[in-house]
Amino acid sequence: MSKLQEKLAAGQFVVTGEVGPPKGTNVGPLLEEAERYLKDTVTAVNVTDLQTAVMRVGSLAICRLLKERGIEPVFQMVCRDRNRLALQSDLLSGAVLGIENVLALTGDHTVMGDHQGAMPVYDLDSVGLLKAMTKLEAGTDLGVDIKGKPNQLDGAPKFFKGCCVTPCGPNPAAQIIKLEKKVEAGAQFVQTQAVYDPAVFDKFMRRAGHLKVYVLVGIVMLKSAGMAKYMNTSVPGVQVPDDIIKRLADAAKEDREKVSTEICGQLIRQMKDLCQGAHLMTLGWDHCVPGIIQAAGLA
Amino acid sequence: MNATERKPKKDVLEYLKDAQRVFILGCQGCPVGCEIGGKPWLDEMAALVAGAGKEVTGSALIDMICNKALVGIRLGRLAAQIEAAQAVLVGSCGVGVQAVGNMVARSVVPALDTICMGDYQGLWPSEERCAECGECMLAYTGGLCPITLCAKSLVNGSCGGTRFDGSCEVTKERRCGWQMIYERLERLGRLDDLKHYNVPKDFRKRDISDAYRRTIRWALEVVEQEQAKEVKTKGK
Repeated sequence: MSKLQEKLAAGQFVVTGEVGPPKGTNVGPLLEEAERYLKDTVTAVNVTDLQTAVMRVGSLAICRLLKERGIEPVFQMVCRDRNRLALQSDLLSGAVLGIENVLALTGDHTVMGDHQGAMPVYDLDSVGLLKAMTKLEAGTDLGVDIKGKPNQLDGAPKFFKGCCVTPCGPNPAAQIIKLEKKVEAGAQFVQTQAVYDPAVFDKFMRRAGHLKVYVLVGIVMLKSAGMAKYMNTSVPGVQVPDDIIKRLADAAKEDREKVSTEICGQLIRQMKDLCQGAHLMTLGWDHCVPGIIQAAGLA
Repeated sequence: MNATERKPKKDVLEYLKDAQRVFILGCQGCPVGCEIGGKPWLDEMAALVAGAGKEVTGSALIDMICNKALVGIRLGRLAAQIEAAQAVLVGSCGVGVQAVGNMVARSVVPALDTICMGDYQGLWPSEERCAECGECMLAYTGGLCPITLCAKSLVNGSCGGTRFDGSCEVTKERRCGWQMIYERLERLGRLDDLKHYNVPKDFRKRDISDAYRRTIRWALEVVEQEQAKEVKTKGK
């Protein structure tokens, strides 16, 4: 059982971090930062999978490199780039490399990235990917043999299966229905899209109360008022309230990092009792994670 | 001409499981050419629906169901029979089913799978509405197709990329297909249809089957004249 699963099962409030692999082979800085700032502060670290459809080093390789350094990874998998053969194969590859936590995502469309003319695959969707994991765990795959019986595996993997949800998006009711399908397909934990409004999150969690799944509230670090405004206009499903934007705008340039850290800490404090953990997306500001944990009163 | 195949009867009955009263609408265009439409189809479906203990509130044949305006005019005269039904069973290509869904405030159920349109979007050609997936799922999506409406062709609901104005993450010029489906199902009082798990598509169905390649229709439309004679003789 992964540490992440163990702690959640024990009722501990967990914090997870996130790293984005580099565009190129220079993985040194990512690994050094992860060891210095994340290893002793968070329970597990998500590794993004060609985030925003930008070509980079793959999630699986970085997951393994983190694991070798004693950091527990969460293998993010998007459905955009691989068909069902490759997705299942990478799940098995992850399992033989000792990776247990997997987060199933749809994935940003190819036109959002740096290879806009690439073929978007989406052979499976996130629900289908979770089903595939559940099937692999049961020792079969999505295919059938010549007699129509499920193909048998020689050795079955075991995962801690995760998914995403957008609590503050335009249609929370539709999100809940899809989350129900994900949980039914096998999802055991959720890491949410960024949340900045505890009241909206509280409402969402009440609607999701019937679901047996651990929820880690997502928080993306806001590096400036400009970034917060950009998220409001351009990142679907994310809304930063005006008071947070004002705090960032009022801060002197040299204080922004401090203010941003305080905002994250405060959000965790406000939502701690509504969910089972927090997922921090620092967008390269990993060095702020220890400060956020302190500000959240979790240190 | 669009090529369609019949769905298995058990699938049709599954789609209709919570409809006690059904209106049946058949296309007299392409499905007749595929030898699966017209009056014989209508009679067979009426027997199927009645045999399942349901009431047939009425039925009609329309020349080209993909002609939305024509559907509107023809169905206008049958409004009472359609209103009395809880679902409309439609024997046409995916474009036709969507045209009916657009015109009537009832759940529409496809009786056929569309396997090849040859880039012909019927008589409602303003945009691509049917991608010939061969596994029509319009029964669960309020008669709106997520394969053509969703930028990612997702089959189990929207991703996290729906914007607050209901547009798609790909472009603000495009509405989120699943948001449209949500709104349609909400109007129909059928939001529970969203809970149905849709299995991944079988991409073999996007190809023309061997059986279809042996039909007279295939010979007439595709094969060269001399070969066609041979195929026709064999087909007999």
